[in-house]
Amino acid sequence: MNQQIEPVTGRDLFRQHFEEVEDRFSSNGQSWFMNTRKAAFARFTELGIPTRKDEAWKHTSLNPFNEVEFRPSDVSDVDSKALLEGIVFHNWKAHRVVFQDGQYSEGNSAINNLPKGLTIVSLKEAFSTHREVIEEHLASYAGEDENEAFVALNTALHEDGLLVMVEKGVVVEDPIHLIYLTTSHAHPSSTHPRTLVIAEEGSQLTLIERYAGEEGSVYFTNAVSEIVLGENAHFDHYRLQDESPQSFHIGTVQIEQGRNSRYRTHAISIGSRIGRNGIAAHLDGEGIECVMNGLFLTQDDQHIDNHTRVIHAQPHCYSHEVFKGILDDHSSGAFTGRIIVKEGAQKTDAIQSSKNLLLSDDATISPDPQLEIFADDVKCTHGATIGQLDTDAIFYLRARGIDEQSARGLLTFAFANEIIEQIKIEPLRDYLEAIIARRYRKGAL
Amino acid sequence: MAIIEIKNLHAQIEGNEILKGINLTVNAGETHAIMGPNGSGKSTLASVLAGREEYEITEGEVLYHGKDLLDMDPNERACEGIFLAFQYPVEIPGVNNSYFLKTAVNAIRKHRGEEEIDPGDFLTLLREKMKLVHMDDKFLSRSINEGFSGGEKKRNEIFQMMVLDPTFAVLDETDSGLDIDALKIVADGVNEFRKDPKKAAIVVTHYQRLLNYIVPDFVHVLVDGKIVQSGGKELAFELEDKGYGWIEIEPAPAHA
Repeated sequence: MNQQIEPVTGRDLFRQHFEEVEDRFSSNGQSWFMNTRKAAFARFTELGIPTRKDEAWKHTSLNPFNEVEFRPSDVSDVDSKALLEGIVFHNWKAHRVVFQDGQYSEGNSAINNLPKGLTIVSLKEAFSTHREVIEEHLASYAGEDENEAFVALNTALHEDGLLVMVEKGVVVEDPIHLIYLTTSHAHPSSTHPRTLVIAEEGSQLTLIERYAGEEGSVYFTNAVSEIVLGENAHFDHYRLQDESPQSFHIGTVQIEQGRNSRYRTHAISIGSRIGRNGIAAHLDGEGIECVMNGLFLTQDDQHIDNHTRVIHAQPHCYSHEVFKGILDDHSSGAFTGRIIVKEGAQKTDAIQSSKNLLLSDDATISPDPQLEIFADDVKCTHGATIGQLDTDAIFYLRARGIDEQSARGLLTFAFANEIIEQIKIEPLRDYLEAIIARRYRKGAL
Repeated sequence: MAIIEIKNLHAQIEGNEILKGINLTVNAGETHAIMGPNGSGKSTLASVLAGREEYEITEGEVLYHGKDLLDMDPNERACEGIFLAFQYPVEIPGVNNSYFLKTAVNAIRKHRGEEEIDPGDFLTLLREKMKLVHMDDKFLSRSINEGFSGGEKKRNEIFQMMVLDPTFAVLDETDSGLDIDALKIVADGVNEFRKDPKKAAIVVTHYQRLLNYIVPDFVHVLVDGKIVQSGGKELAFELEDKGYGWIEIEPAPAHA
């Protein structure tokens, strides 16, 4: 009788990965960080891969993920020029940083003309060149939320990533275009990209963080970004998850905001078979503004789960959050938004809304707003809507000559456009408009 | 030449018969007014002609230029030159007027086998027609009917009619809720349209007032799903004086 060999998955699999990492990083310039890695891995082992029994994961089953025997991503020598061609924006000025299969790709990056006061360095290198910054900040913020197990796993296993620093008062004109790219492998691969952004007092920066992969490839991206904004710093963040439809993406963004700082994000999820976004902002100073715009598009059997958390720790802060989902076919989604207003955070102004459009009878969405308010003089509102395309609007458009498919496409685009039109990066807007046109207008007109 | 021939049209919604045998022929160059009390089926007739799918046609036929109209999709009807000015224009947030109209114009042109409209020509066309309905440039970037006043919505319907240039227009209570200035603007638009002898219109209205500005060639009275009286424009004045009560007891004259 044939004895089938059970694949090594889940916790056991990542233990193997960690042993390899231990071997490699104990001897090089990162040995001083090894205790942090070990502690993080111990924490991961303790927590394990979340299941639906965990309150924060009740909408997302990781069973399909647990069945795959991922390998640590190899340093690939695949020529990704053709793949990148469809990802980079042409005729657009930006500092481009590309990571291919978890490793910094010098050949595909373009960071030669950095303005004074802006530092961009691969994290691997930064362990030698910017040890103090890493000691102070890396793994100091992320992980206290619902994605804790995966943040710990990232801290333990990350190979490379990016450190961005903007000095006090420096306004960086051109955006940084950060691309984490996964090429196809013979075996399912995994990467743990790590990003750390330190924007000092009065600085200003725009970052586009992209996650993309080769169509058809099965892989796991476990990304963590920590963003530290000093007093009066302004940060425009665009996070685009456009992974291969067969991939698994767990993304965590932690933002630490200082007094009078302004953070604005567009979190857009299009790809992955199972995708999870955890975005948490800690508003720890007065006069802070935090804007989170989210858009997720799911089709086939995709599942996208968004978790946001805004902590108002000080008075006179403003947070505004709109997440929109467009769900088609058998796909599903979830939005859990928590607003926590701590004692003493008076005059908090927090708005949250989750708006969802179901394009098929089989698509499902679970919106779950949660307010926890411990101050008495605040203005907090939340709301959730789930709807279908308005049949009166479809008829109105058809009565003007527009065919049904195009009318539906137009209305679907209109729904998404509330978020898209706020994107200040024109080529990114164009890119998203084209994706939406392809998906929902299906070649009509 | 007949543009539209409605023969023994019966229509129902959710099992309730609303139209109970409508017969009406509209020839090129003619404007017909349809009047009648609330709930008589006026708006149903307009909706059925535009292709609203909630209504089920149980009997009869409608020929448009000799072709079976009821067999066409709503968008196909629009592409063939039928225009419905909605009684309640729909607000569509997120789709701006100029993009919408360009999509509609190009859909119609494509149907006719024509090239897409040149963007410059299109803008010129919009500006010219906007002036006629007293709308300013800001209108183009606004979402369809979103936040429009009642009068603006109705003017927008007439504006769309002028841009899309149909052959046969059905105006469903376009005058309701308009003040006299807005009414004149709407009437001017319709009268401009009527000048072309190849075109025709059905004006559905509740009030005789509109017919002072859009003088119809024929007036029909619709009661309980049937045309019970037809006549010239004088009929409208009679209705204004006497109401609809007197008409219901008289037998409907045959109308060919």
